[in-house]
Amino acid sequence: MTTLARRQLFAATGASVIAAPALAPQAAAQRAWEPARPVQFIVPAGTGGGADQMARVIQGIVSKHSLMRQPLMVVNKAGGAGAEGFLEVKNARANPHYIIISLSNIFTTPLSTGVPFSWRDLTPVKMLALDEFVLWVNAQSPWTTLRQFVEAARAGRLRMGGTGSRQEDQIITVAIQRATGATFTYVPFRGGGEVATQLVGRHIDATVNNPIEAVTHWRSGTLRPLCVFDARRLPGEGRVTETMGWQDIPTCREAGLDVEYLMMRAIFMAPGVQPAQAEYFRTLLARVMETPEWRDLMAQGAFNTTTMTGDPFRTWLEREEQRHRSLMQEAGFLAQ
Amino acid sequence: MLEDLAALGSGFAVALQPQNIALMVAGIVLGVLIGVLPGLGGANGIAILLPLTFALPPVSAIILLSCIYWGALFGGAITSVLFNIPGEPWSVATTFDGYPMAQQGKAGEALTAAFTSSFVGALVAVVMITFLAPLVAEFALKFGPPEFFAVMFLSFACFVGLSRGSPFKAVAAMMFGFILAGVGMDGVTGQMRMTFGSIELMRGIDFLVVVIGLFGLSEILVSIEEGLRFKGQRAVITLKTVLRTWAELPRHWWLFIRSSVIGCWMGITPAGATPASFMSYGVARRMSKDPNGFGKGKVEGVVAPETAAHAAGTSALLPMLSLGVPGSPTAAVLLGGLIMWGLQPGPMLFVEQKDFVWGLIASMYLGNVVGLVIVLACVPWFAAILRVPFSIIAAVILMVCAIGAYTVNSSEFDIVLMLVFGVIGYVMKKLDYPLAPLVLALVLGDRTEEAFRQSLLLSEGSMGVFFSNWLVGGIMTAGLAVLFYPLIGRVLRALSPRAAAA
Repeated sequence: MTTLARRQLFAATGASVIAAPALAPQAAAQRAWEPARPVQFIVPAGTGGGADQMARVIQGIVSKHSLMRQPLMVVNKAGGAGAEGFLEVKNARANPHYIIISLSNIFTTPLSTGVPFSWRDLTPVKMLALDEFVLWVNAQSPWTTLRQFVEAARAGRLRMGGTGSRQEDQIITVAIQRATGATFTYVPFRGGGEVATQLVGRHIDATVNNPIEAVTHWRSGTLRPLCVFDARRLPGEGRVTETMGWQDIPTCREAGLDVEYLMMRAIFMAPGVQPAQAEYFRTLLARVMETPEWRDLMAQGAFNTTTMTGDPFRTWLEREEQRHRSLMQEAGFLAQ
Repeated sequence: MLEDLAALGSGFAVALQPQNIALMVAGIVLGVLIGVLPGLGGANGIAILLPLTFALPPVSAIILLSCIYWGALFGGAITSVLFNIPGEPWSVATTFDGYPMAQQGKAGEALTAAFTSSFVGALVAVVMITFLAPLVAEFALKFGPPEFFAVMFLSFACFVGLSRGSPFKAVAAMMFGFILAGVGMDGVTGQMRMTFGSIELMRGIDFLVVVIGLFGLSEILVSIEEGLRFKGQRAVITLKTVLRTWAELPRHWWLFIRSSVIGCWMGITPAGATPASFMSYGVARRMSKDPNGFGKGKVEGVVAPETAAHAAGTSALLPMLSLGVPGSPTAAVLLGGLIMWGLQPGPMLFVEQKDFVWGLIASMYLGNVVGLVIVLACVPWFAAILRVPFSIIAAVILMVCAIGAYTVNSSEFDIVLMLVFGVIGYVMKKLDYPLAPLVLALVLGDRTEEAFRQSLLLSEGSMGVFFSNWLVGGIMTAGLAVLFYPLIGRVLRALSPRAAAA
């Protein structure tokens, strides 16, 4: 678990970088370069998922506040767990009219499928936020604390539902198995919404859904959060349900399970683009993130609002890549 | 109940605001256009327009987007009937009888029947959403992977044995469809299958690309061989045609009810509009007194799939609103929209956002009425396309097909794939291999396989999971009964005394 524990450190490094882009001379950067053609915003995932939603919110904010002169077009390239989208951007060398939003599959897909690409093939622009993961059980289940849940899992095989195979949900499941010695039956589904409903219908025993995927069921009293896979508690004020708010969910470590996992939401460009071109999108994204619409999205999804650019971001990417490699190796998820 | 009616009343007040009516009409017209263009499905169309709705209040935004969806549901039938090219996946089954009708010069009747059935299906689904939403949401929660597999099994069972001619050719076509469905990433293990190292194949073979080739392109090839003309040229459509068709439709009331029920059920589970249309077509043919007339231009063959598809497409919005689970790809994009507008889909939406929910439901009633009027008014115009000389229209269709195939995934490779399937479709037609089983296996194959394997994961390998409760057991039993019914019937006939005497 030492590799997992290191994340705490990065979060601290990241926090100091948050304000940096706002200080950059925006006007000068924009005069330097501007897109000459419509910009394709690649989403290496299907329509309706978390990455897709975020991309479309950004697109909506850009058009509502007229932040770009050229249109920004969202294109889904979900094939091969996102490999299709990443390869398209990788092959568009030095083309500044492509940006891509990335999730953990930038690490997991090349490892599990053997498709040749990595984040090093792209130009990192900016980390927008980190998506949290929460351990959910059905509210009718007897488990009200993590301890009870882990005891039950050790006593008999519980069924853990998640999105996709050999991706973040399954990686977390394997990490929980290694930390507790329990064995889960992992059942992959197509999307977080489906997973949440399967848990409400008690077809599975637990999930590690993102907050935004399960919040409505929590509020209606059908799901119960046990712990959050972050080093610190979720941000939030007030109450989400009648008795609890996001901040009241204990971290898994507090509750006695030493597993941490956050999913990156970041923007990359094609390899070999000019620094001024990357700077244009950094500035653009900084302006997007100042809008009330963006803050609403962050609050609704209880996102970890860590953002990073430049060297800290690269260092973070390197460590995360290593961490995914070792996690997936231990789980036996690497491509043969 | 009374409370619901009052809420619906205020919903109508919201939906009837002039701005919302204007958005409704704009949405329907756009939707019909999107439905007509194969490839540019409702999901794509809505995704493209989604960011524009940021500036609108949420109710107006969802009215605009949902009307695009209704429009696409209506519009999908148009090219199916006129050119044998399904504009949307759920209108594949409409081609089976709609296109033969057009060839017989009855394009107007076929289109009128298709649009009217769509309307009836939608209406039944909206009424259900209005009054039974909480109950239905409860029912949808009972569907886990085993139940989902059972539903898929039942759709296959309803369809197997439907094609005329050699059953072995039907099985061969179906197996080919399953193989195609297996290409790409395996959702359960995350492994690549049959991609041969090709990036393009990792995406899997898209059902729409195959269908555009198999149906549209091969039809053009056949037409060229048979003398460069469409057979439906004499079609003249007037108000009289519409009224005459309407006069005939009430006779099929039982078919309407059955197809609506199938559609609502499939929309909620959520299997979606495409399996609903196939299942409904299969059931209609099985229960018909004249099953051999199907596929040769029978109006029931248009009514059944269209009613079910629209009922399913409409009721698919219910699990999206009340559970946050999209019942169709289009609903998935709308779901993203709700979150963007700051609404949280799920059980609390009905409690906290009454204005929004009831405004949307009211707009479903109005949108479908507006939609029916608009598409019916356009019937003569659409049918006039058939009078354009083949040498011109064939080139246009070919181009529209190519654009359509490209639009599905923005990939040039898909155009090549479409051309290849055009040739395959032509060869299959010449050799009398039925296309329907292939399409069915391709569209349902991967979801069925996934549900089967998820079920076995949950049960740790025991097949007993498919009979573990009354719901899944009941659906499986029904499926088995439908599957073996022809066989049982034959055995019974052979054993009956009269047959023995003969």
